[in-house]
Amino acid sequence: MKREQTDVLIVGAGPAGLAAAVELKKLGAGKVTVVDREPEAGGTPRLCHHVGFGIRDLHRVYAGPQYARRNVAQAAASGAIIRPATTITGWGNGRTLTYSSPDGLGEIKAQAILLATGVRERPRTARLVPGKRVQGVFTTGSLQRFVDQYQLPVGHRAVIVGAELVSLSAFMTLKKAGLDVAMMTTELPQHQIYFPYVPMKWLTMDLLNRVPVRPLSRVTRIFGRKRVEGVEIRRLDTGEVETAACDAVVFTGDWIPEYEMARSGELTLDGGTRGPQVDGQFRTSRTGVFAAGNLLHGAETADMCALEGRSAAQSIHDFLQNGRWPAASLPIQCAAPIQWAAPNRVTAGEKAGELAFYVGEFRQNALVEVRQGGKVLYGQRYGRLRPNHVMRLRGDWAAGIDFGGAPLEIGLAR
Amino acid sequence: MQDIYDVAIIGAGVVGTAIARELSRYQLNCALVEAKPDVGMGTSKASTAIWHTGFDAKPNTLESQLLHRSYELMETFVSEAGVPVERLGGLLVAWSEEQQQALPGLLARAHQNGVTDVHTVSAEEVYRLEPNLNAGAWGGLYVPGESIICTFTLPLAYATQAVLNGTELRLNFPVRQITTEADGTIRLQSDDDRLRCRYLVNAAGLYSDEINRMLGHHEFTVTPRRGELIVFDKFARNLINHVLLPIPTAITKGVLVSPTVYGNVLLGPTAEDLDDKTNTATSAAGLQMVWEKGQAILPQLVAEEVTATYAGLRAATEHSDYQIHLHADQNYVCVGGIRSTGVSASMGIAEYVGGLLAEAGLPLTPKAAFKPVKMPYIGAAGIRPYQNEAMIAANPDYGRIVCHCERVTQGELLDAIHSPVPARTLDGLRRRTRVLQGRCQGFNCQAGVVDLLARETGQEPRRLLALEGER
Repeated sequence: MKREQTDVLIVGAGPAGLAAAVELKKLGAGKVTVVDREPEAGGTPRLCHHVGFGIRDLHRVYAGPQYARRNVAQAAASGAIIRPATTITGWGNGRTLTYSSPDGLGEIKAQAILLATGVRERPRTARLVPGKRVQGVFTTGSLQRFVDQYQLPVGHRAVIVGAELVSLSAFMTLKKAGLDVAMMTTELPQHQIYFPYVPMKWLTMDLLNRVPVRPLSRVTRIFGRKRVEGVEIRRLDTGEVETAACDAVVFTGDWIPEYEMARSGELTLDGGTRGPQVDGQFRTSRTGVFAAGNLLHGAETADMCALEGRSAAQSIHDFLQNGRWPAASLPIQCAAPIQWAAPNRVTAGEKAGELAFYVGEFRQNALVEVRQGGKVLYGQRYGRLRPNHVMRLRGDWAAGIDFGGAPLEIGLAR
Repeated sequence: MQDIYDVAIIGAGVVGTAIARELSRYQLNCALVEAKPDVGMGTSKASTAIWHTGFDAKPNTLESQLLHRSYELMETFVSEAGVPVERLGGLLVAWSEEQQQALPGLLARAHQNGVTDVHTVSAEEVYRLEPNLNAGAWGGLYVPGESIICTFTLPLAYATQAVLNGTELRLNFPVRQITTEADGTIRLQSDDDRLRCRYLVNAAGLYSDEINRMLGHHEFTVTPRRGELIVFDKFARNLINHVLLPIPTAITKGVLVSPTVYGNVLLGPTAEDLDDKTNTATSAAGLQMVWEKGQAILPQLVAEEVTATYAGLRAATEHSDYQIHLHADQNYVCVGGIRSTGVSASMGIAEYVGGLLAEAGLPLTPKAAFKPVKMPYIGAAGIRPYQNEAMIAANPDYGRIVCHCERVTQGELLDAIHSPVPARTLDGLRRRTRVLQGRCQGFNCQAGVVDLLARETGQEPRRLLALEGER
C-alpha cells in the first residue's frame, strides 16, 4: 500500500473540483491532488454534447466536452495533480483516505479535503415504477453515454419522464440519435423548463410546440418482453390512464447526491438536500472537510458548480493558513413548499452566504423568509417561483441570529 | 457433441445444475439442456437468497429430508467453490399474541426436522439482537443455521464444475417434443436442434409439469407463484444483523427482511398465484404492500434509497411436498414442485436423483479425478479484486473499476465473459459480476458494459439491447 501526502485532496474532477483546484493553486496552496473514479477527468459535462456550458464562470459558451477538457487542461496547467481512475474506498484516521486504482492500493493524507462527488438521477427502480425489467430504460446520464460516448442504438420512439431543464438535454440527445419523442410527463401542473442560455429559448419553444407534455401525470407501469414496448401513464387528478407505445423510456432529474463518501465519513447530512450539511464557507461537520458542487444540491448547472468550487477554494485556503474551525453554527431547516436549501448551516460571526433553494410548487409573487423562532430575519420577494429550478436568496442577512436559539427556517411568508 | 448421451437433464436452474454436477463425478456422458441462453435464469435468479435449514418444513416429507441432507453437503461445497455466504442466523419475530402462540409449535417442528439448535427468545432478547426493530415485538425464535447465499453464483458454480468435468451445456434448447426411438433411447427435439439420451431427468422448474406430460404423466400442475421484492441501498445494511423471518399464521403471511451477501437489504416477497409463467413484472400493489410491511418491521429501512425491485416465480403445485418420481420403465426421473426451497435443497435433491437413476440401472462409476471449481467472489464480506493488491499488481484490470456502485472491475468483466460457462448477455454478466446491479442501475456504466460485451463476444449491440431478434 502506497502512502502519500497532499495539502488538499479533492474528490471528484468535475466542474466544482477542478475549479477549486485551479483557484487553490492561484492562492498559493501547496500540493493539490484531484482524484476521480472515472477513467477520464472532467465530470458530467464530458457527457453533455450540447452547448450552454461556461456562461457564468468563464463568460463564454462551450459544448460540454469542450468545457470539461478546458477545465482539465486549466487545472493541469495550474500545477494541480489530476488522478483519474482512482476510487476512494474509505476513510482512515483524520483526513486520510484510502484508494484503489490500476496502480494498486494506497492512502493519501491531506491537510484539507474537498468532496465534490456530484449527483445522479434516481433510476426507475428507486422511483418504484413497476412492470417488467426490460432493456430500453435510461436516465439522461446513461442515455448520453449510449449516444455520444459509445454510439450505441437507443431505439426509435421514446417517452421522457420529467419536464425540467435536464429533460431538455435528454430530448436533444434523443433527437440527435434520430428518435421520435412521444411525450414528456411531469407530476407537476406544467413543465419546468427555462432558458439558462438565450439561444436555447428558440430550441425550447420549438420542442414544446412539437412534443406533448402530460402534466399531473405519472408513469405507473413499464411493459414489454425483453425491450420496453410501452408505458402506462396515469393522471394524478382524474385517475385517467393512457398507454404510450415506445421502445425507450428516459427517467430525467429526481436528483440524489453521490453521498457515499460523505456518509461513510459520518458527515452530518441535510434532510432536504440529502448531501452533507455545509455552512456559507462550505465547511462540513468534520474538521478540515469541505464540500461543493452538486453533492450539495441536485442539480445546479455546471458553471454555478464551478463558481462554488472557486469560493470553496478560498475557504480551504483560509483553513490551511489559520487552522480555524468554528464551533458554533445553526442549521437552516426548510418549510414546505421549500424542499431544500444550501448552504444549510450558518456559522456565528460569518455571513450566511447566498442560499440556493428548490421549491415544490409554482408560486407567483411570493415572499420567501428566513425565520428564527417567531422572528423574521430576512425576506426576499420573487415574481415567480418555479419547481426543479435553483432559486437564490441573497446572502447578506445573517445579522440578528441568536446562535443560542432555535434552528433557522426558510419558508414562504405565512 | 455426443451422438447419444447417457443422461440428459432438462433445466439449468439451481436444481438441474446441481444434478448435472453430481452426475459429472461419474463416468458418464451427460447433457444439461436449457431453453434460455444462460444457466440460473428462472426461479433461481429471483429468490429471497436464503440458505434455509429446513427448520419449518413439514416433518417426514421428502422436502424436509432433502433440505436436511443438503445443508450438510452445501456446507462443504460453498466454502470450496467460493460461493458467497454469510452465516447470520435467522430470527422469527412475533408481532402479535397469535404469532407468539405459534412459536412453541414452530420450535417443536424444528426439533422434529432435526434442527436442534433452534430456541425461543424473549422480547428483550429480540431487541438486543436487533435494536432497530419497531416497537411491539412479543418475542421470537432464533434459528442459528439460517444463512444468506449468493443465488447467482450457486447454479453457476454447479454448472461450471459439471462443465469442467465433461458435461455438455446445451443452451437455447427449448424441449418441444420427447419421443422414444426404436432402440429405446429418448429423443429430445427443440425448435432447430435435437439430441438423444438413455436416461432423462426433468428439472424444468416452472415447466416441469409440461415436460412431465410429454412423457405421459400427470402427477402435478405447476402454478407460478409470484414474489415481489425490494432491494435497499447498502447504507441500510447496518440496520439489521440477522435474517428476519416472518411467522406464518392463518390470517397473514408476512415478509422477510434480510441482508444480502452483496451488502444490501432485501424485503419481500409477496405470494400471488398467476397463470402466466413469464409474468415477472412487479406491480404497484405488490411493491406497496411489501414497502408497508417492511416499514412496520424496520421503520428506518424505508428512509434509505431503493436500489432494485424484482419479481420471481416459484413453481408451486397442488401438493405440499416435492414431486420427485422415478419412472424406471422409461429411464425417467421427474424433479418437480420444488417450490421455494430449491437453492437450499439442491445438493440433497441431486444426490437423491443420482440414487434413483442408479436404481433404474444407470451405472455410477466414479471418475479417477473430479475437478474442483473456484468461483469469482462477488460478496461483500470478503476481499474483492479491487481491494486485492496482488491481483492488481498482476493485472491492472483488477484495479480498473467500471461499475462504481458495486466496484466491479474490467478484469472481472473479462473473466466472466471468458469463463467456462461464459456470460453472453447483459443479464448473464450482471449475475456473474454484480455489474449494473448497484444504486445507480447503470447511470454510469451501462453503455460501456454493453460496448465491452458486444466487442468481446462479437455480438451486435442491437441484439444485446433487444432491439432486434426475439422481443
